[in-house]
Amino acid sequence: MATPQWPKMEKRALLGKRISRLDGPVKATGQAKYAYDMNRPGMLYARCCFAPYGAMKINGIDASAAEKAPGVRAVLVEQNMIGDEVRYVGQILATVAADTEEQAHEALRLIKVDFERLDMVLDDMNPANATGKPSGKEEGTVDDAMAAAKVVSEGEYGIPVITHCCLEAHGQVSEFKDGEMTFWPSTQSVSAYAEGMDQSIEVEQSKIHVDCQYMGGGFGSKFSHDQWGVIGALLSKQTGRPVKLMLERDQELMVAGNRPSAFGKVRVAVSPEGKMTAIDADVWGTGGNGGYRMPPVPYVFEGIPNVRNKGQGIKTNRGSQRAWRAPSHPQGCFITMAAVEDAAAAAGIDALEFFKNNLDLTSRPEVYAEQLDIAAELIGYKTKAHLRGQGEGPVRRGIGISIHTWGGMGHPSNCDAIINPDGSVEIRLGTQDLGSGTRTVVGIVAAETYGLPLEAITVSMGNNKYPFSSASGGSTTVGGVSSSTRIACTNALNALLEVVAPRLGVAPEALEVAGGKIFESAKPGNSIAWKDACGLMGPNPITKQGANEQKASQDLKLIDAGVGGVQMADVSVDIETGVVTLNEMVAVQDCGLIVDLKTAESQVYGGLIMGITYALYEEALYNHKTGRMLNGDLEFYRLAGLKDIGQLKVHMMTTEKYDSRGVIGLGEPPVISPGAAISNAVANAAGVRVPHLPLTPERVIVALQKGGILV
Amino acid sequence: MKSFEYARPASLDEAFALLSENWGETEIMAGGTDLVTAMKQYVTEPNRVVSLRGVAPLRAINATDAAIEIGAMATLREVLRHDAVKAQFPAVVTAIQGIASPQMLSRGTIGGELCQRPRCWYFRTGHGLFAKENGEALVPAGDSRYHAIFGNQGEAHFVSPSSLGPVLVALGATLRIQKGADSRDVPADAFFQTPATEKDRETVLKPNEILTAIVLPVSGAKNATYEVRHRHGLDWPYTTASVSFVLDGGKAKNVRIALGHVAPTPWVAKEAQAALEGQEVTEATAAAAGAAAVAGATPFDKNGYKLQLVKTAVKRALLAATA
Ligand SMILES: Cc1cc2nc3c(=O)[nH]c(=O)nc-3n(C[C@H](O)[C@H](O)[C@H](O)COP(=O)(O)OP(=O)(O)OC[C@H]3O[C@@H](n4cnc5c(N)ncnc54)[C@H](O)[C@@H]3O)c2cc1C
Repeated sequence: MATPQWPKMEKRALLGKRISRLDGPVKATGQAKYAYDMNRPGMLYARCCFAPYGAMKINGIDASAAEKAPGVRAVLVEQNMIGDEVRYVGQILATVAADTEEQAHEALRLIKVDFERLDMVLDDMNPANATGKPSGKEEGTVDDAMAAAKVVSEGEYGIPVITHCCLEAHGQVSEFKDGEMTFWPSTQSVSAYAEGMDQSIEVEQSKIHVDCQYMGGGFGSKFSHDQWGVIGALLSKQTGRPVKLMLERDQELMVAGNRPSAFGKVRVAVSPEGKMTAIDADVWGTGGNGGYRMPPVPYVFEGIPNVRNKGQGIKTNRGSQRAWRAPSHPQGCFITMAAVEDAAAAAGIDALEFFKNNLDLTSRPEVYAEQLDIAAELIGYKTKAHLRGQGEGPVRRGIGISIHTWGGMGHPSNCDAIINPDGSVEIRLGTQDLGSGTRTVVGIVAAETYGLPLEAITVSMGNNKYPFSSASGGSTTVGGVSSSTRIACTNALNALLEVVAPRLGVAPEALEVAGGKIFESAKPGNSIAWKDACGLMGPNPITKQGANEQKASQDLKLIDAGVGGVQMADVSVDIETGVVTLNEMVAVQDCGLIVDLKTAESQVYGGLIMGITYALYEEALYNHKTGRMLNGDLEFYRLAGLKDIGQLKVHMMTTEKYDSRGVIGLGEPPVISPGAAISNAVANAAGVRVPHLPLTPERVIVALQKGGILV
Repeated sequence: MKSFEYARPASLDEAFALLSENWGETEIMAGGTDLVTAMKQYVTEPNRVVSLRGVAPLRAINATDAAIEIGAMATLREVLRHDAVKAQFPAVVTAIQGIASPQMLSRGTIGGELCQRPRCWYFRTGHGLFAKENGEALVPAGDSRYHAIFGNQGEAHFVSPSSLGPVLVALGATLRIQKGADSRDVPADAFFQTPATEKDRETVLKPNEILTAIVLPVSGAKNATYEVRHRHGLDWPYTTASVSFVLDGGKAKNVRIALGHVAPTPWVAKEAQAALEGQEVTEATAAAAGAAAVAGATPFDKNGYKLQLVKTAVKRALLAATA
């Protein structure tokens, strides 16, 4: 009898090996079809007319000229906006569907909007603009601890609003035919995509079909079908034609995902023993037109005995915030770790020593201690490190450290495992592969369970006809799907073993699978090939279900939650130009049992690159008069390219101690620390803290001038 | 983008016949890498686009001992790979290498590079060349981080986007402009202009004139370009400096220093030129020239940092030229 627990490390054929992703070749050759690639017969192209100012009262929308424009098949005016207020640029006022993209565009210009301008708030750097209810806490005696400290360091830190900037924009192709609606969206949530949509489009839930095989990034911004999902469907119903509605880059950047900003004034008290004894943090920021949650400060060093923090949101006339890979963590991490490093510098203590000396204030001191040692070794800390500001010459080098944490518990997921009489195997589940390797992970778990090569497994997913699997967010997918797949496959295997046992003359409990054979554990020579075994089943396939239920799976040690990670950055700062160059970055990460070492490492590389990008380049900038994004393009909304990222080194914790916990999510953790690690490295090199990210020449120069390093 | 008529004449004569006398009615297209973007942004809405890709002679590069004549339609890559250019003009090579995208190098032309429109983010989002909203200038109180620090006291606040403009000014190049049978040669520093009205453009070209060639005099002068860039891939420099001088008995003569991305045109740093003229080029004199280069700068609220970049770029370009 097979059991669902993971096989022992030494008995694994595929788990934890470096395996290339299954969909690599089709992606690299352009055969993989994304939402934008779906072209249906007679398809129309839809484009949105959006609000040009951040605050307006709409008196009327006249689309009559647009309706008559060449190629236009339908115009959908957002009637509920008439008489209402616009709160950010990009809000949809009307949508045109036309034969070509260009015609749709031209028609948009004919829509006349009658409006009055209203006052708007855009500035999120000024805490006086805060209107939200403050949150926070006070624990211990902060003022006493500050008074008793050997050193109190004080700093201001800030991380601006950035966007999700998915290379594949939001949107979908929708097709209404014979009373049924089919969507090809770009989504992080295939199974639940249509949730709540049935009423707005008047199509029963069971008649809504969703298919998303490949995806060009979501990062937390693609959980919902969104307003454009409904609009596309309505236009398809109205015209009887398939409709492609994908956001254009400017609108994508303005409305389809903002990460809240966070600014903070922080004081940290350090005792004569080099221990942090108190922290006092005042934090604010904006979630745009949406709500604001105070990022965790102190982050990870939650055991600091005396804590006072206050957080407050500023409502601004910008698009609403959406969950951005590890919501709140990069902000909390940056503000905290920068303040910690400033405290070390103020106390004249080497940063690595200071972090180590304070690990008992975290909830996993041994993990971080081990990871810090590995990271220090990989980056050559001993030979390269110096105290802050000890560099010389125009180009100065420095190292920075940061540590982080994340949960990553597997989400609810259901799976069907099917073994066919011809020996073929199919796994079905309504999950999605965001590009992270989900399809490959499912295949590996199934192949491992059946003792088959990966190629023998067909993974069917990305469609809502398959068993429900939750949305991919919060690093919950790998735990969810590997656990449901393992359980489903084990159940199906046991049914097969029942069939095979009589042939081998033993009880099913005496059997196991490996290397394409089913055999008697005690007498491996007593065996039957997989295919022959399946031939004994008769005409009907074996189909068994498996579900990931968190508590049960955790008890089986299939999954767990809670990880630690350490990152170090090595940068050069040109103090005559303010240009920061990343030389090297090291990431040491724990994520429990690793299903595929290669895609796991890839995930960390991706996190590092995304993190380097927001540390050095990204920020959403707005026109102070109109509220429109100034850099709503990929030209001045800069992203790091290959030449910008330096050398990246990834080390995954793979020893028994970590492995035995089961599978834990990895999507978020690696993107949390880069901002802090890079900012700390720049402070170490330049001799001053550059308070705000991104670390652009203009900010670095101003900080160097303020710090008297550049005159 | 507005619908338009596309023409691909096979000769200059045919091309001239297709061009209008008024800006905006027709546009010349070289590689199209800037023009098409500008059309998508409704920065320009021509009724007709006249491509020069069929006019073969415009692509030639001819080198003699006295000069290199580069056809306006030569691609950036063709210029970059030309032996005589590589041997004589490191200032050109560095500037083209800075446009670090294989696509841009193979598609973009030297003529298009010189005539490309400003990248000012207000201009590109519908606020016109002078960046206004309801008659009010946006740059002074707005986000001026990439705007001009020189020559910005009038209505134009954008910076000239061309990397090669300052190089050609420093090298004393001439630009050949043709209109029908007439042809005139214009020195590089007189080719660029600060537009006087919204309707004017950033060069002296008329709508029905074609830039046909760039002539680089071969003088053996030392030359170099230094660009302050943050990203290493395709991006815009923050500031550039191009320099040229002759070493005469160890002393710099005929010093020419032109700055990029700091003014609505390539900006001649006269004080810096004067500071170095007749001096040996050393770390100290180069730094002094750099310091002199910011004379007369009038930065906005958010671009004062560029002064430091100018100082460094001038110093490093001078030192690179002597190396
Ligand atoms: C992200 C990004 C970064 C960039 N970085 C840089 C940089 O660092 N430095 C830099 O210099 N450039 C940079 N570029 C711009 C690039 O160099 C230009 O787009 C390119 O050189 C334009 O050449 P083209 O042949 O495609 O011109 P086109 O787009 O065809 O034309 C540009 C303009 O010139 C006019 N024109 C073209 N040829 C002639 C002619 N012979 N006579 C009269 N008018 C003519 C056209 O009418 C049009 O107005 C960058 C572009 C991008 C998108």
